[in-house]
Amino acid sequence: MIKKFIALFLILIPINSFALIEVDITRGNLDPLPIAVSPLSIDEKSRKSFEKALKKENIGEEISSIVENNLKTSGLFNPLSKEAFLQAPDIANLKPRFEDWNLIKAQALITGKVNYVDDKLRVEFRLWDVLAAKEMMALAFTTVPSNWRRVGHIISDKVYERLTGEKGYFDTRIIYVAEEGPKTQRIKKLAIMDQDGFNNKFLTLGNELVLTPRFNPTSQMVTYLSYFKNLPRVYLLDIETGTQEVVGDFPGMTFAPRFSPEGKKIIMSFAKDGKSDIYTMDLENRIVERITNHPSIDTSPSYSPDGKYITFNSDRSGYQQIYIMKSNGSDVKRISFGNGLYGTPVWSPRGDLIAFTKLHKGKFYIGVMRTDGSGERLLTENYYQEAPSWSPNGRVLIFYRETKTDNKGEGFTAKLWSIDLTGYNERQIKTPTDASDPSWSSLLSN
Amino acid sequence: MTLSKIFKNTLLVLTACLVLSACATKKEITTGIDGSMQGDVYTGTDTVKYLADGVPDRVFFATNESILTTASRETLRAQAAWLRKNPSINVVLEGHADERGTREYNLALGERRANAAKDYLMTYGISSDRISVLSYGKERPVDSGSNPLSWSKNRRSVTVKAN
Repeated sequence: MIKKFIALFLILIPINSFALIEVDITRGNLDPLPIAVSPLSIDEKSRKSFEKALKKENIGEEISSIVENNLKTSGLFNPLSKEAFLQAPDIANLKPRFEDWNLIKAQALITGKVNYVDDKLRVEFRLWDVLAAKEMMALAFTTVPSNWRRVGHIISDKVYERLTGEKGYFDTRIIYVAEEGPKTQRIKKLAIMDQDGFNNKFLTLGNELVLTPRFNPTSQMVTYLSYFKNLPRVYLLDIETGTQEVVGDFPGMTFAPRFSPEGKKIIMSFAKDGKSDIYTMDLENRIVERITNHPSIDTSPSYSPDGKYITFNSDRSGYQQIYIMKSNGSDVKRISFGNGLYGTPVWSPRGDLIAFTKLHKGKFYIGVMRTDGSGERLLTENYYQEAPSWSPNGRVLIFYRETKTDNKGEGFTAKLWSIDLTGYNERQIKTPTDASDPSWSSLLSN
Repeated sequence: MTLSKIFKNTLLVLTACLVLSACATKKEITTGIDGSMQGDVYTGTDTVKYLADGVPDRVFFATNESILTTASRETLRAQAAWLRKNPSINVVLEGHADERGTREYNLALGERRANAAKDYLMTYGISSDRISVLSYGKERPVDSGSNPLSWSKNRRSVTVKAN
């Protein structure tokens, strides 16, 4: 799917360096930027061709609504109601009448058009600063029509990047565990979907228990735990081809897998005789290395983005705490010292923070701390939630939460949620079934 | 000097906190059903199945612990005696945790619990070749409730015939 997108090319990027509008994403944004997303204009001939190919009446409007939804869910933008727009999409794309957009209080404006050219989808779009009456960005690209949702995500990423100064996270996917059935006989399947919940696809049938899927850096491979034949082992799955293999040849349970930052190794726990230690396996030469050797439980390892350090979970102090060490296993240091138990440490893609799950007095928290353990910040509290995973730009965390559905505590529902690093903008991500163990992919296009 | 005093006081407070929180995790939990919990370890029989006549199939653990209680050791001794009499039977020890923990840690904890039971069977003469261990973490509770009694039933190691 990524290869199909090589046809993507960019033209004319006349970016002026003087200060135009800017969005600050480092703080909780209680005053999102008013933005007008004008529907992408489309000529009648192109509209009919796309209607035939994609069964969508107006693909220009469909793509715009993807952009609108992405910008809205980021919490940083407030897309204005289309009903208030005074200028027609095709004319706005040529030259907006800035007074009209100013009148409805839009500070930024997105316009564009879609064409059907040689069985391909060609899009161009522009971002305008309404107050300064200037064009901020203009891009065009061509792809196969079936990629139309990705077109919307790429436009969103470009706009986000231009206005915040940081890469977006919209052209991404989430791999997770789809759940069904009663708690005592839960059926679990691997599933994958776009970041906004569309294009959901199940990757396993549910015949065996599967847990904790995680992407590799190119987002084409997944490592996860499967109970195939009642032998819990770490597996490697190629999403495109569907081929699966067991990782390594361990005489016992392997679990808690993740890829190294460059994707060459898998790091995981191996449990034997009541002790769990951390191991790596090189995917090229199959060499297995032992990283920790301690009578305690050592699990949930996660590399720093430069690959030099590993954060992990250990109960060597008596209870679950978060530790860091060098990637060869030396210099082990405990970093969590607050009240309660700490688990599931995950290193931020920006390198400066570690996200975790904390258990304290019967509540579960998702939080972040600096890599030396200072600056602990709890983002969200609930009866039960765990397993944060970072957006590729390190600004949003996705996790899962179980909510009780009756007061006896028997019924429950498990869903995916996201929250900004700022602690604001908590929202549920729609999934067709119950869901757990989400893992966020890297940006599919750059 | 005042600084060092402050430090000392802080240390004292810290130690006090540690002691208190340690106590808090071990506190007695009473349930409405008589005699079915001791501390937070389940001692009832309503979920227990039997390997053989008079030999219960499972033992229970305290929160975050893998230490065998007196009752658990008695159950395992009965299992060992039965296994000695039935030398052709092999077993799988399935270790479990309750839902009040993170998934990956609980997988390791289930493995540790099953191994505690395995070690005990071995000290009573059962060869390690006859025992395999399988952890389900918190994935396969017997009781779907979310209360201390349900959790105590779920923190278990179950001895299952392998053949």
